[in-house]
Amino acid sequence: MNQNAFFQCALMALFVALAGCASTSETVPTQEPVEVDDPTGSGAETGAIVGGSSLSRRQYGPDAPPGSPLAQRAIYFDYDAATVKAEYRPVVEAHGTYLSENPRIRLVLEGNADERGTREYNIALGERRAHAVRRIMLYQGAAPEQIRIVSYGEERPVSAGSGDSAWAQNRRVEIVYAGDE
Amino acid sequence: MKRWIRAVSLIAVAWVISSPGQAELTIRITQGTEAALPIAVLPLAWMGQGAPPPEDVAAIIRSDLARSGRFKPLSEWPETPSTVDEVRYPVWRSTGADSLVLGQVRTTASGQYEVDVQLLDVFQGTRLERYTNLVEADELRDVAHYYSDLIYQRLTGEPGLFDSQIAYITQQREADGPRYALMVADSDGERPKRALRSYAPIMSPAWSPDGNRLAYVTFEADRAEVYVQDLAGQRQVISSFPGINGAPVWSPDGRRLALTLSKDGNPEIYLVDVSTRQLTRLTQNSAIDTEPAWLPDGSGLVFTSDRGGSPQLYQMSVRGGVAERLTFEGEYNAGATVSPDGRKIAMVHRTNGDYRIAVLDRDTRLLTVLTRGRLDESPSFAPNGSMILYAAKSGGVDVLEAVSVDGGFRQQLQLDQGQVREPAWSPLRKR
Repeated sequence: MNQNAFFQCALMALFVALAGCASTSETVPTQEPVEVDDPTGSGAETGAIVGGSSLSRRQYGPDAPPGSPLAQRAIYFDYDAATVKAEYRPVVEAHGTYLSENPRIRLVLEGNADERGTREYNIALGERRAHAVRRIMLYQGAAPEQIRIVSYGEERPVSAGSGDSAWAQNRRVEIVYAGDE
Repeated sequence: MKRWIRAVSLIAVAWVISSPGQAELTIRITQGTEAALPIAVLPLAWMGQGAPPPEDVAAIIRSDLARSGRFKPLSEWPETPSTVDEVRYPVWRSTGADSLVLGQVRTTASGQYEVDVQLLDVFQGTRLERYTNLVEADELRDVAHYYSDLIYQRLTGEPGLFDSQIAYITQQREADGPRYALMVADSDGERPKRALRSYAPIMSPAWSPDGNRLAYVTFEADRAEVYVQDLAGQRQVISSFPGINGAPVWSPDGRRLALTLSKDGNPEIYLVDVSTRQLTRLTQNSAIDTEPAWLPDGSGLVFTSDRGGSPQLYQMSVRGGVAERLTFEGEYNAGATVSPDGRKIAMVHRTNGDYRIAVLDRDTRLLTVLTRGRLDESPSFAPNGSMILYAAKSGGVDVLEAVSVDGGFRQQLQLDQGQVREPAWSPLRKR
């Protein structure tokens, strides 16, 4: 088996394993795990990279004219705050309504924070922001299973600088529609 | 079926020795102390045949002792004896050195090195200690750090810190986006090895008390998960619930992790048994509860909560129950870690808009701000508690810095390229 094939196999197995271990309870996955013939693999020598490149992420979701609420995919927040500001409410409500009208559509709310303060506290803060957005979407009729939340805290800034304007851009919840499944 | 799941979840992930110059930390002492003890560490005489050893053991010891802030190694010597008989003590007394380290390296028939080092008291004119070990070529750096610790302990009366490792997270910019890595290096930044490489963020590395395993958070599956990985690269998922799986820290007995889960709606502190995965929930609160840190006796945890309106540190028993608030000074105190002797708590403390590392004395309840940055975070005690390693920003770049717990000695650790953060100092190796 060449190394590329090994890696593809190892990565597939990894993802199956992750799916299989989605909770720490004693559940048995329904998927059949992919076999790895040498789990302690020689492949380790060249250093597999886990995860997927962010550049390969495609944009999904409703086609909306630029400038319309549905075209906006980021909600911004004040420092250490998780309240959806009045100016962003129409945006969140529009996405909530879109979800309720399209019950098969799924999205992820990615919570983010600016770099100030501790990283794990910022993870919690990012999640609190995502929950605030989710609550409004549910109020608009979206179903809980349509919305998944993941908080990246300060780990995925859109602006790399240190300063008020960079921080303001980084304190956000991103609305990421899932692809067709 | 069960066996299968185990097998595939134990996929070995790269534990790669990176090429020299790549992602290597350079250490620079930025503030020394007057009180450092003068010591002379002489080059060890090479008594073998052929090429000298690949590592300069004396230079490593010299650099360790200087980096501790407690010693001031001489940079030149009036003579270079390699045995006690050759030492002329009066000559050494005039240099001001209190102590003298000298010795020899010999080879054996099997190609090993015998590293024979002696520690002398210059003023009394006596030998204090003699250390001899037989090592392979790739263990020369280890034995040097080990001797540094023995010398440190003999002269200060406190345990050493050099024969240990630091884990840290790096971020490099690549054409196809950021690349994250979990790295492990010797305490002097040398011999960096990559434990995990990812397109997605990696966070919160934490050493097991035996120094053989790391827990960390990874977003490689587009969600937060906690993994445990051993030094051979074998790893397994410990926690992958919906929501936050974060802030893992090992119990002092190495059996459990305290961590943050938000599967029940908001972040709460849990304990998870590493072998059985059994969960115990410790906090029940609608506020954020996160960043647990164990007391060294395992009796309780310090954690961050904003239940009082702003993030502050609280302490609770390992059996749960009422949490006692620990910090009252300032409106932001988070990310605690407890010193190895249990007497101090280091944290991130906001003062005048700047985030700095502060230390709370658990007996006197006095809070001391130790650092001077604007965005200092992730404090980690040296295994002997004498220093705190933390993350800082310098010129827009993420670097590591270290400060002695009395604030008198400082150093900076910088990568030649990219960002470095979230340092975690391992326990001392058992020898």
